[in-house]
Amino acid sequence: MRALSFSRALALAAIVLGLLFALLSTTANHALMDFVIRLASLAIFATSLNLLAGYGGMVSFGHGMFYGFGAYFFALTMQRAGVSIPVAIVASILGSALLAAIVGVICVRLKEIYFSFVTLAFQMLIHATILAAMPLTGGDQGLRGGVPRPPFLGLNLSNQKQLCMFSAFLLIVCLFAMHHVVSSPFGATLRMTRDNADRAAYLGIAVDRVRLKAFIIAAVFASIGGLLQALFVSGAYPDFAYWTVSGEGIFVIMLGGTTTFLGPLLGSVLMLLLNDFVSRFTEYHGLALGSVILVVALGLRKGVGDFVVDWLSARSEADASERTKTTEAAS
Amino acid sequence: MDLDSLFSCFASTSCVITQTTSGFIIGMLLFLVAVGLTLIFGILKVVNFSHGVFYMIGAYLALTVYQTTGSFPLALLAGGFGAALVGLAIERAFMSRIYGANPLMQILVCYALILIFDDLARLIWGGDFRSMGMPDVFQVPPVFIFGGVAPPYYIFVIAVAAAIAIVLALVIARTRFGKIVRAAAHNPAMVSALGINTVAIYALVFAAGCLLAGLAGALAAPVRTVSPGMGFSILIESFIVTVIGGMGSIAGALVGALLIGMLRTFGALGFPLFNEGLMYIFMVMVLVIRPSGLFGKEAA
Repeated sequence: MRALSFSRALALAAIVLGLLFALLSTTANHALMDFVIRLASLAIFATSLNLLAGYGGMVSFGHGMFYGFGAYFFALTMQRAGVSIPVAIVASILGSALLAAIVGVICVRLKEIYFSFVTLAFQMLIHATILAAMPLTGGDQGLRGGVPRPPFLGLNLSNQKQLCMFSAFLLIVCLFAMHHVVSSPFGATLRMTRDNADRAAYLGIAVDRVRLKAFIIAAVFASIGGLLQALFVSGAYPDFAYWTVSGEGIFVIMLGGTTTFLGPLLGSVLMLLLNDFVSRFTEYHGLALGSVILVVALGLRKGVGDFVVDWLSARSEADASERTKTTEAAS
Repeated sequence: MDLDSLFSCFASTSCVITQTTSGFIIGMLLFLVAVGLTLIFGILKVVNFSHGVFYMIGAYLALTVYQTTGSFPLALLAGGFGAALVGLAIERAFMSRIYGANPLMQILVCYALILIFDDLARLIWGGDFRSMGMPDVFQVPPVFIFGGVAPPYYIFVIAVAAAIAIVLALVIARTRFGKIVRAAAHNPAMVSALGINTVAIYALVFAAGCLLAGLAGALAAPVRTVSPGMGFSILIESFIVTVIGGMGSIAGALVGALLIGMLRTFGALGFPLFNEGLMYIFMVMVLVIRPSGLFGKEAA
């Protein structure tokens, strides 16, 4: 895994953001703008799951709980407290960090499949709590009445184009921040605890503390994905906290590839395109999606992103050996 | 919260008996699904997230056979063996390719199977909730024990599940086949080197797990609604059961299933809105105290 240096990543993020803004400012295509907003929400969530599962080796099957929690916490703060959007975002980040700290303390001690189970149980607990706390969350009807979007800093998020720009901005900022996390010394330590926890412990690393930190960081970004979704649909629904969100997240990172940083972003694009394409042609959405998953999972045995990277490196190696052969032949 | 009704239930024998019988039937159905899950995990080392699919297949097959032939025993057999056949096909086609693979990959393949089979069920049987109705044999007045109600069908299900638990325990503990299965769980390479076909053993164990899940679905069909999503809710509960009891332990599955059954029926009285939440809290508590479950081996 090659990591870009801080200044290079920053420059790249700025350039991509500038290009995106230039592109989006010229378009008036509503479907495209919706796509960007949905993509931002899904890609932030999927990349945060990859931070946990791919880089940290913690296959969470309950990562969606933070997505749902972020959506509800943000929407409720906007509805009840009447604060501005940035304040509510900061509040949601703090809230989900606190929840992640509590859940994480219990979960990170567990290994492999037990970790997956307990995170799944917590996810269902959050889901059950949302359903039970009727007066606050609206139960199975979801949180209705709309999320107010008061203008801030000259931005009016009720305007679809401005919401789209804001989503693109959040996506790039979050990707940059997460890239910084995985390429930092902390990221290296996290990968070490994934590859050989015993060795890391012998080297004096507090393994559980590193895993807990990663758990909290990933949860914070997942909640940003969730609150973006709440902002987009102007509400929050129990489905956001259901286990299928976690299942989809796992599918997205497997589809895109877990060994490259941008794999989950690629997976999110493919997943959304696939979803739109499939639901246009058939009502048996699961049948089509499931078949594609089986083909990708059992056929490629790795994500599309990993596949492309391996193929490219195999080709360049082949090229290199070809070249040495020709030079040998010439001499 | 409605703790008053919970306490007033504990005050009367009849209420306790009625609740305990319903706790038992929930627990026993759960045991049949969970024991398959735990066997498959213990021997194949795969967490079969798609196990609920076979429960659903069993229920639908039983429903169809019962409505066409009118014979309940035939419906039970169709549910069990139909699910086992589908399970065998899936094991050969998909599961056998992911033994020992990255857990992400295993979860993903199972997720795909759930999506596919839920939709197939919708395609074949329609998406609406269906009900099989109580077979004529069991349409008799309930038995009263100390004033508590125990429908005959509940007693039948409890007896069938208990018989299966005993047979299963004897097969695993006493027979040559059981010995081979235990050895294969411990060291498959050595078993295979001794000339035993471990591939066939794996397929058989997987199919047996599916048979039990299918049978549970068939047994549940008269008392529960049959719908495409029914597999998932029982899957989550049986996971909780296996995790509480300890992955790979048959006794653990039985104890865990009965505990969850009781928690559900008595919890429904005290916490009607947060009944499911209780289960998750219970599971988290067990895992915090004993991460490998009540009957699991240490060092998990």
